[in-house]
Amino acid sequence: MSLWSVTLATLKKDIRLEWRSKDALNSMLFFSLLVVVIFMFSFDPLAEESRHIVGGLVWVGFLFAAVMALNQTWARELRNQVLDAYRVSPAPATALFLAKALGNFIFVSVLEALMTPLFVIFYNLRVLGPAWQLIPVAVLGTWALVVNGTFFAAISLRTRSREIMLPLLLFPISIPAVVSMVAATTSILTGEDSAHFYIVLLLTYDVVFTTACLALFEKILHAE
Amino acid sequence: MKRLFPILSAITAALLAYALYQALVVAPTDAQQGDVYRIIYYHVPSAWTAFLLFFINFIASIQYLASGKDSSRRAAKWIVIAVGVLGVVVTFLPQVKAQLVSTGMRPSAMATTVLCIPAFYFLVGWLFPGDRLDVLALTTAEVGVVFCTIVLVTGPIWAKPVWGIWWAPGDIRLTSTLVLWLIYVSYLILRRFSNSAQTQMLAAALAVFGALDVPLVYFSIWFFRTQHPQPVIGGGGSMDPRMLHTLLISWMAFLCFAFLVCWSRFRLELLHREVEAVHAMKSLVGKDRVPVGTSLPLSRRPQ
Amino acid sequence: MTTTTNALKFLYAAYIATWAIHAFYISTLVRRFSRLRRELKESGKPAL
Repeated sequence: MSLWSVTLATLKKDIRLEWRSKDALNSMLFFSLLVVVIFMFSFDPLAEESRHIVGGLVWVGFLFAAVMALNQTWARELRNQVLDAYRVSPAPATALFLAKALGNFIFVSVLEALMTPLFVIFYNLRVLGPAWQLIPVAVLGTWALVVNGTFFAAISLRTRSREIMLPLLLFPISIPAVVSMVAATTSILTGEDSAHFYIVLLLTYDVVFTTACLALFEKILHAE
Repeated sequence: MKRLFPILSAITAALLAYALYQALVVAPTDAQQGDVYRIIYYHVPSAWTAFLLFFINFIASIQYLASGKDSSRRAAKWIVIAVGVLGVVVTFLPQVKAQLVSTGMRPSAMATTVLCIPAFYFLVGWLFPGDRLDVLALTTAEVGVVFCTIVLVTGPIWAKPVWGIWWAPGDIRLTSTLVLWLIYVSYLILRRFSNSAQTQMLAAALAVFGALDVPLVYFSIWFFRTQHPQPVIGGGGSMDPRMLHTLLISWMAFLCFAFLVCWSRFRLELLHREVEAVHAMKSLVGKDRVPVGTSLPLSRRPQ
Repeated sequence: MTTTTNALKFLYAAYIATWAIHAFYISTLVRRFSRLRRELKESGKPAL
């Protein structure tokens, strides 16, 4: 039973379950739309400075959507003692973690793909810098949020006030990633600065924390 | 042991009074900032103390995580020694040396700082065996948050009269301190809200994540600064030797004070665990039948 | 640049704030100590 086969199997199971129920998916989509609309009413799109703040608004919107998605990550596993079944199975814990993280990544990316055109429309966005750079920023940034989010969601399982615990733990640790994502996006949108440094910093962040999560997840999984 | 505490308290109080006298009377007035700059004698020592306490928490957390299995304990020991040795070697490499000197740091100072990692690792492991490691982690986190709060309160109070603004997001030191404060407050909240039997391990994992995060925070804000020049709160450059002298006296006084507060918090936590164990015993054995002589490993010196 | 007396207010505010925070924390420690000692005494065991 290799790491990848277990990861893929778990991932396929999660996606299939999510696709069949579509409950979470639909409410997430609507929530994402609401966030964009609220921002549109709160921060005037026609203002001169809007191009400078849109990077921040977009990522704050994605952050809220990601937290809502992550909160549900492990909820399904708690029902019917599925999580306990994982713990006693010979499957490596890292495979479970990777499957969850990848599943969340796909889920959050879908939300982002749907929110982005709304932002473009409401804020009349035009990219003045190298637009292709937005792809590594989006991929690396989303993975940064999702990898730590999946890990902290697992920790939050064993706390009271589970739903509030996740953002409490996730936000402080994510600050360098958020600073980088927002600054990189703003640089690319305004074309004023190079996003190169921030992309490298995001990559470093992702490597460091993916390693840390994989190294420590087994202990977290087996905590009572 | 019981007599030592009042004696140390008296000495610390005297030191703090002396430091206050030095800070307000003896230290010379700053040419640019006037007398307001004297906030530095409380602001900076609190920051250094907070960072030291968080560093000890990080070391204790790593040891706690590694203490599960013998193999991981040995591996952690060798990794820590390797980090120390490599760190010293790297500091003296020509390219790194040049880079350090250009940012105003002496390579020997950097090397000594790196050597603190294995030094503290072995010292903490020797002085706080077993479960006491976790009590140390909790103590240093809590007292560290107190000192960090003081840094974040005195920082803006200093910034306002001198630079006219309360806060500058690009101020790398104050912003990094804020993130550190947030991370450790979330650590304390996790400890309080967790109902797992392995709370200590979960918290240790969070502390490790926090420690990994700090250099990344520093770099992200550092680069942000270079793109958006901001006022430097806290000033750079060299300091009048008399001011440095007063600063060090103040730090010594606050370190002694921090030590006393940590010692008190440590004893409080041991007492708390003792009481919890008594309650647990009672509910297991029956209300009227707790053996009087029962004592727990925590209340004795470990063998 | 504000006047000297105005600036000194900030200096005193900073020093007072520092000790206020320390005093608050130490008072919470003292309160918890007395509560725990009382609980321990009530359960009939010798204090630590």
